[in-house]
Amino acid sequence: CSALTAYLHLRQVFVPTESGQGSLTGVDSTLFSLSLSLSLSLPVRTVVSNLPFEDLKKREQPNRRYEGNAIKTNKYRLWSFIPMNLFEQFHRMANIYFVGLAILNFVPVVNAFQPEVALIPICVILALTTVKDGWEDFRRYQTDQQLNNTPCFIFNRKQMCFMERRWKDVRVGDFVRVLSNEIIPADILLLHTSDPDGVCHMETANLDGETSLKQRKVVPGFSTLVRALSVVCENPNNNLNLFKGYVERPDKRRTGFGIDSLLLRGCTVRNTDDAAGIVVYAGHETKSMLNNSGPRYKRSKIERKMNTDVLFCVVLLFFMCLIGALGTVQGTSLSIIQDALHADNGNYIPSVLAGFYMFFTMIILLQVMIPVSLYVSIELVKMVQIFFITQDVELYDEELDSRVQCRALNITEDLGQIQYIFSDKTGTLTENKMVFRRCSIMGTEYCHEENGAVGEFVSPYFLKQETVVVPDRKLMLEVDRQMASIQTGPYLDFFLALAICNTVLVSSVKTLADPFSTDEDESDGFHSSNVSDATGQKGISSERKVKSSPSGSEEVCYEAHSPDEAALIHAAKAYGFSMVERTPHYVTVKLPNEALLKFEVLDILTFDSTRRRMSIIVRHPHTKEITMYTKGADSAVMERLGNVFSVPVKTQKDLDMYARNGLRTLCFAKKVEVLEQEFRAWSAVRQEALSAMDEKEERLMETANFIESNFNLLGATGIEDRLQESVPETILALRRAGMQLWVLTGDKPETAINIAYSCKLLEHEDLFLYTNAVSVICQSVCKMRLEDTLGELRRSTLAPGADHQFRGYNSAFTGPLMEPSIGLVIDGPTLSMAMSDELVEQFVELCKHCRAVLCCRVTPLQKSAVVKLIRQKLRVMTLAVGDGANDVNMIQAADVGIGVSGQEGMQAVMASDFAITRFKHLQRLLLVHGHWCYSRLANMVIYFFYKNVAYVNLLFWYQFFCGFSATAMIDYWLMIFFNLFFTSAPPIMFGIMDKEVSDSTLLSLPELYKRGQHSEGYRRSTFWIAILDAFYQSLVCFFIPYWTYNGSDIGIFAFGTPMNTVSLFTIILHLAIEIKSWVSLLSASSLHKTMTKTSLSLLINI
Amino acid sequence: MKNEGEATERPDNTAFTQQWLPAWQPILSAGIVIPGFLIIGLAFIGIGIGLFLTSQTIQVLEMDYTGIEKDSPCFRCTIQSVQNCTCEVTFSLSALFTGPVFFYYGLSNYFQNFRKYGVSKDYYQLTGDTQYFKSPRDVCSPYSYDSKNNPIVPCGAIANSMFNDTFELYQIINGTKKKVPLDGKGISWWTDYNIKYRNPLSVNGSFASAFDGTVKPINWPKAAYELDLTDPNNNGFLNQDFLVWMRRAALPQFRKLYRRITEGDYAMGLPAGNYSLTVHYNYPVLSFDGRKKLVFSNVSWMGGKNDFLGIAYLVVGSLCMVMAVVMLIVYAKFKFSEEDDA
Repeated sequence: CSALTAYLHLRQVFVPTESGQGSLTGVDSTLFSLSLSLSLSLPVRTVVSNLPFEDLKKREQPNRRYEGNAIKTNKYRLWSFIPMNLFEQFHRMANIYFVGLAILNFVPVVNAFQPEVALIPICVILALTTVKDGWEDFRRYQTDQQLNNTPCFIFNRKQMCFMERRWKDVRVGDFVRVLSNEIIPADILLLHTSDPDGVCHMETANLDGETSLKQRKVVPGFSTLVRALSVVCENPNNNLNLFKGYVERPDKRRTGFGIDSLLLRGCTVRNTDDAAGIVVYAGHETKSMLNNSGPRYKRSKIERKMNTDVLFCVVLLFFMCLIGALGTVQGTSLSIIQDALHADNGNYIPSVLAGFYMFFTMIILLQVMIPVSLYVSIELVKMVQIFFITQDVELYDEELDSRVQCRALNITEDLGQIQYIFSDKTGTLTENKMVFRRCSIMGTEYCHEENGAVGEFVSPYFLKQETVVVPDRKLMLEVDRQMASIQTGPYLDFFLALAICNTVLVSSVKTLADPFSTDEDESDGFHSSNVSDATGQKGISSERKVKSSPSGSEEVCYEAHSPDEAALIHAAKAYGFSMVERTPHYVTVKLPNEALLKFEVLDILTFDSTRRRMSIIVRHPHTKEITMYTKGADSAVMERLGNVFSVPVKTQKDLDMYARNGLRTLCFAKKVEVLEQEFRAWSAVRQEALSAMDEKEERLMETANFIESNFNLLGATGIEDRLQESVPETILALRRAGMQLWVLTGDKPETAINIAYSCKLLEHEDLFLYTNAVSVICQSVCKMRLEDTLGELRRSTLAPGADHQFRGYNSAFTGPLMEPSIGLVIDGPTLSMAMSDELVEQFVELCKHCRAVLCCRVTPLQKSAVVKLIRQKLRVMTLAVGDGANDVNMIQAADVGIGVSGQEGMQAVMASDFAITRFKHLQRLLLVHGHWCYSRLANMVIYFFYKNVAYVNLLFWYQFFCGFSATAMIDYWLMIFFNLFFTSAPPIMFGIMDKEVSDSTLLSLPELYKRGQHSEGYRRSTFWIAILDAFYQSLVCFFIPYWTYNGSDIGIFAFGTPMNTVSLFTIILHLAIEIKSWVSLLSASSLHKTMTKTSLSLLINI
Repeated sequence: MKNEGEATERPDNTAFTQQWLPAWQPILSAGIVIPGFLIIGLAFIGIGIGLFLTSQTIQVLEMDYTGIEKDSPCFRCTIQSVQNCTCEVTFSLSALFTGPVFFYYGLSNYFQNFRKYGVSKDYYQLTGDTQYFKSPRDVCSPYSYDSKNNPIVPCGAIANSMFNDTFELYQIINGTKKKVPLDGKGISWWTDYNIKYRNPLSVNGSFASAFDGTVKPINWPKAAYELDLTDPNNNGFLNQDFLVWMRRAALPQFRKLYRRITEGDYAMGLPAGNYSLTVHYNYPVLSFDGRKKLVFSNVSWMGGKNDFLGIAYLVVGSLCMVMAVVMLIVYAKFKFSEEDDA
């Protein structure tokens, strides 16, 4: 029924009065005039309705230049797959090297053995990679096809209704209707919804994992439009939170719109029967597709090191070939075959030239030195390592039903080498589940003791019900008294502010008609199963949508963007002030005496990180006066207070106390009696700013700052953010493992320090350095302080050293504790001073001495700057862990970025290399998996180098006994397939399965982690020792047969093949010694290879 | 990517995915390592003694007949101008040289393993494919055609450089020479004789006409079909001496089997007495500072005489024993303090 009305409604609107050719000219002229009238600096896109042009040929369509909605994420086409893929593969240096070698085989002067055979290994490697890429690409193609063929409704003019079509048929300029719970096919400018208020709810879980509903509004005033409209908006970009443009009507009147009118592709429409609009971006130009960057590729530390070692191998190869070439130049006095050697088709070749040719022949002979299969093997091993990490049951979060995610595919072993951890506080160390704890109203503090008591003793199962606030008795009395007597007053205002000054959405049972939200009485499990969600973020929705206690017949469910808001609104509810309805124009609050107050919402100034406050401007239903309620960070509100009485002073005292207790603080203020005219004037300016294309943000900020002044302080709240479970233990373990932990937070120093103490980041006996902007006014002071502290530090580091010696034998136990444990607390402004060019060295020096560093009040940019600074100056492996959008910069700046999929959406996870659900998982991820991945990979890489050198040197030593003529004493096939078949599986299995130390040992002795930290598994020295070992082993393998057979009648292959076999046995045995734990699979693979090899050798020997 | 329906993300709790597969983690404690070293050491010493003693029982007689020294019997043959030179080398045995006696010729500083030398032969010719008789493959160059552009069969450097000294052995009994019969059968590899090398099919019943239109290798005194006119099974490419030569030696100092002494009075070996060897000296080696020698040897289960292998085993075995003792001492010294801690 509602669909029908919508259809009728749309029919009125969209169908142009004129048809075909007539309207075309009309619109064209409109377009023309538009392009003239545009005075925009930005390139824009103009979209007109497709309806008048439906009969036209494709090339005459006005929107023909815009991309269609069909997507293609597969990289290759069928016909171009092979060349394209090969081209991609040749971006890798190693592949070019091996192909170069293979080509070298075909150069006649080099006199290769069997050029065709030399092609096989590189072809096999390339083919394997091609097959892998092809399969992945085919999978992408299938997904695309599935998406492209999803049905949707497009308005058709001939039929005068919405017809079912496929996603790929959607074009820019089409009118598309989306029903409830359907996925939005393209970026649609919302023009109509079934909701009488013109709002539409959208769930963006597929996009950013946030399960809270977002509200979208129709572009206002559209119903009066009768002719084709044209939409002017920005060119496609990937900013999910920014979109601007205007709709121009034929009479040149413009209506501005922003991101809150855009339905994004991939999101799901909720709580709205149907929504319709005009497509502005389609296919790859949609915001969600532009944001889809795929997995990230980082290069791990081992791989960097390995690449230089490969270069060393090349240098070694070069030297060996040079020796061969010089040997040739030196010549052998072989008169009987001299003509054969120095003549080519009868032409005499000078010995220098012969030597030059010999150099290349030698390269071909000794090419096995560079392990062709190393890169492929590493990729394979990492794939399995990732599989094992994601499979770990210990890292599985029951509550969220999510595993650890590995988003970066090739830095698993970096997890085993972390030296510095940078952590966010809120949501990472803490739960980010806010509990309303205390409040201060008009200077009086109410401590809510009962509430606190409940919070202390709840079992984890009840954690989600924490938002239920037990009211403070004294405050309750106060509220009742004011309610009864004067119906107005600061107490009521305070709770009204709590209740309405937010962006919380209300969804109550009676307004929700679809299965998605009728499950309020069901368990959370049902809820999560309904929400289809790509990122395992389910459950959060149920977390945040806390059911209110059934006070009346009607059940209210709040959907808050941030946990703070949820905590506050529940606090207000506990005192009887519950918001029961919110529409774009009205907000209804139920008072303690069951009376309903319906405020008209005049404007909402949303929260942003610069202003750090939000305001709502409402008209009081009884007094009709315009009131503004504001909440924000204490500094952001305190500095804009109008008349200063004693209230702010007392409140400030309370605020300080809250911060000391580790509570998050917010201030509430009210601005009354905004004059009608004044507001109207301001509103006009604001509207103009809203529809502006240029400097929109600046202008909006200006208008907001203008009205947000002269507040009356109402009070403040303290919200507790509980520490996550086993955070102190994890921090202790990480620290024992030798990692430096830094906490970077946007919170106030007092709060941060408290959290730091409670999570054992700082100990009470620690030396404690605290610098903040109040004590450090300018750079010179900052410099002085830094120098002072450093000097003091140097003295104190010397003193324990002496002490250490004095104590003698016992120091083995007390030694680690004797290090000065210094905690540094620094705030944002000081940090930026300390990181200026002159002071940065000293700052880094100071940080090196500190056991823990705590940076408070830092911006996201500063976070990443700190990470970058430490990473570059100290050349250490850094890990950043965070959960919110403000941590994204930091996560991307660090060597390893870890996202905690918590309460603040998925931006951090999207930017991360690994995603975990709890901070404590870090312990196992680093100490166990990191250690394993590192030691496995390091051992495998070393072994690869070893085996190739050990094998190739046999050939090299033989050159001394065959006149440096590049003779191979083994069959060429054996040589070429050495890497590919004979010695590939055992080291790969080794890299996958070997277990140096069991996980329980690793967890109980975090100190074992230091091995990876100091890169002890794979160093330059390790590499050279392996090479020397290989040289030694090859000498033994060569010279024992040599002295045994010298002077005998042995033939070339009869001499070489057993030697080859012996060498292979040695190489496998070497692996056997390296293997720390024998899994049946591993030994089977080794055994198998040896057997094949032996039988093959025997065959060839005949 | 998407979770389907009720499916849970919980990973499988199996031994494989959780990396709990049963594994054997050998811990190299003193109780294993020291006996291990002892056993290995003992085994190696045992093998070493066996090899060494066996090697001692093998008799070897080597004679350099290159003729460098002025007083050596073959000195006059080293002068280039002398054609068809024959010299006589004498030796005496004080005891029975146990049979079967293997008679080798040896060459030194001769790089048969030189790569360009090694590839310089035509497999197709040597399998009797007459098509390649007319046009030898390029790898044979510059031994494919003679100066008159006639194709050489067998072509290539290896064939061309075939060893062509011949020897006759006499026992001197009371001043008279008694010829020692030399057995030239079966001295090549079975696979070479039966599989790898084939003679061309005779044309009109004449084996020689299969080689029509070709010439012999430049350095050869006679053509391939004339290598042994007495025995057709030992002629052409299947000539035993040719096959022995074509199987290239691995190292620049080598010997190749020439004949075996297995027949008649000498089946039991060479009795004590004086012997004379008549050498038909043809093969030049002085140009590349090479040496030629004659070797008589018998064999045992371990092959020819080789002291090195036995000694190597003995040395390694002894080292293992020494290591075991050292570790035992170290263990004995520190074991008890460990126990105190525990």
